[in-house]
Amino acid sequence: MSYLLAHPARVGALALAHAALVTGALAAACAIALPLGVLAARNARGSVVLLGALGAIYTIPSLALLALLVAACGLGSLPIFVALVAYAQFVLVRNIAAGIRSIDPAERDAAVAMGMTPRDVLMRVEFPLAMPVIVGGVRIAAVAMIALATLGGYVGAGGLGSLIFTGLALHHTDEIVAGSIASATLAVLVDVTLRGVERALRYGVSR
Amino acid sequence: MSAARVVLEGVRVRYAGADRDALGPIDLDVAAGEFIALVGPSGCGKTTLLRTVNRLQPIDAGRITIDGTNSEELDPVTLRRSIGYAIQATGLFSHMSVARNVGIVPELLRWDRARIDARIDAMLELVRLDPVRYRDRRPRELSGGEAQRVGVARALAGEPRLLLMDEPFGALDAIVRRELQHELRDIIARVGTTTIFVTHDVNEAVRLADRIVVLHDGRIEQCGEPLELADRPATAFVRALFASDDAIAERRAARPVHP
Repeated sequence: MSYLLAHPARVGALALAHAALVTGALAAACAIALPLGVLAARNARGSVVLLGALGAIYTIPSLALLALLVAACGLGSLPIFVALVAYAQFVLVRNIAAGIRSIDPAERDAAVAMGMTPRDVLMRVEFPLAMPVIVGGVRIAAVAMIALATLGGYVGAGGLGSLIFTGLALHHTDEIVAGSIASATLAVLVDVTLRGVERALRYGVSR
Repeated sequence: MSAARVVLEGVRVRYAGADRDALGPIDLDVAAGEFIALVGPSGCGKTTLLRTVNRLQPIDAGRITIDGTNSEELDPVTLRRSIGYAIQATGLFSHMSVARNVGIVPELLRWDRARIDARIDAMLELVRLDPVRYRDRRPRELSGGEAQRVGVARALAGEPRLLLMDEPFGALDAIVRRELQHELRDIIARVGTTTIFVTHDVNEAVRLADRIVVLHDGRIEQCGEPLELADRPATAFVRALFASDDAIAERRAARPVHP
């Protein structure tokens, strides 16, 4: 605890870097997962194969995956960025597909019958209706990514993990605790915020 | 509002893998402004037939012309925006207000905002829902009857030439159902659009339709005015269908008596 109190600016800066890494990876992960999720929602057989493959990635131990990625793309933030994006796919794609599939068929039918183009149906009906479930997936992915991103400290990506790994190397328990508390706090903040967004969408006031 | 003439010639539908046609051949000429009811038991093809008209259901043979234009030659999206559509489950968009639901086709047609707003109010008044009270409600805040009213308002909002309705009152209790049947007749008479209405309830068909098309196993069993079908059923199937029909008596009573 004393490290955290003695160096709030340094911990704050690391937390900021940590958040930036996760935000970037989350954005990239969503950009990849959205089309994959739509595809999985439309095609039942394809969805089994795709989710199976993404599930397999999800089961690779994170240290092993990171080691492979360091061998492939060197040290720094790139390997952890790629690992975060890869791990998030399973949860994101699964929730996007589930969200779209859960829509009342009558609403989709009506949308097509009203003369919506496939794009209109997706943007005006399917995404808005699936959004609470999608945001639920984003929340779970984000929380997992914040924890996982601490491994970045091991490969020179910075962030709160560098506190933890420095502490481990130097037997400075204080730094380990500081890094852990900061990372957990970040995760809780994100969780609470996205829960709020989820609820607002579910019982929303949007017109 | 203009009304469309719809002509179906030799229309057939066969589902993938089936060894016989699910529908057809169907020949049917619906006059502009006419109210047609498609009647028959579940699985007789009435919903399939309805859905061929706005191309939700592709056809395997024959052709459908709307005001003389082969519907296959039209862009399906453009075609559907000119055809109103209402279904039993309402299909109201649950994330949108009543107003946005009603205004969706005008919005797709890119009307200007003021015209859309005026249209929403006019349509809500047409189905006897006070715009002030109902505009901002969500579909889940509506009763079954109110939701169906909104469904009808939405179907008519884009000034369609043709209205397709698939058991719109099927899920309502008898009292609300009668009330809405009565009002629908009024509304359609006022807007003058051609209407094709699917129901399994012969009483409903008799109350509403100018002509009834009885479907059985994907084919037209008989087609004619309600009393004509009741008085001169062409087959035992039609006779049985009309046997327990109390609306026939109402309609007979309503017919002007000639000296």
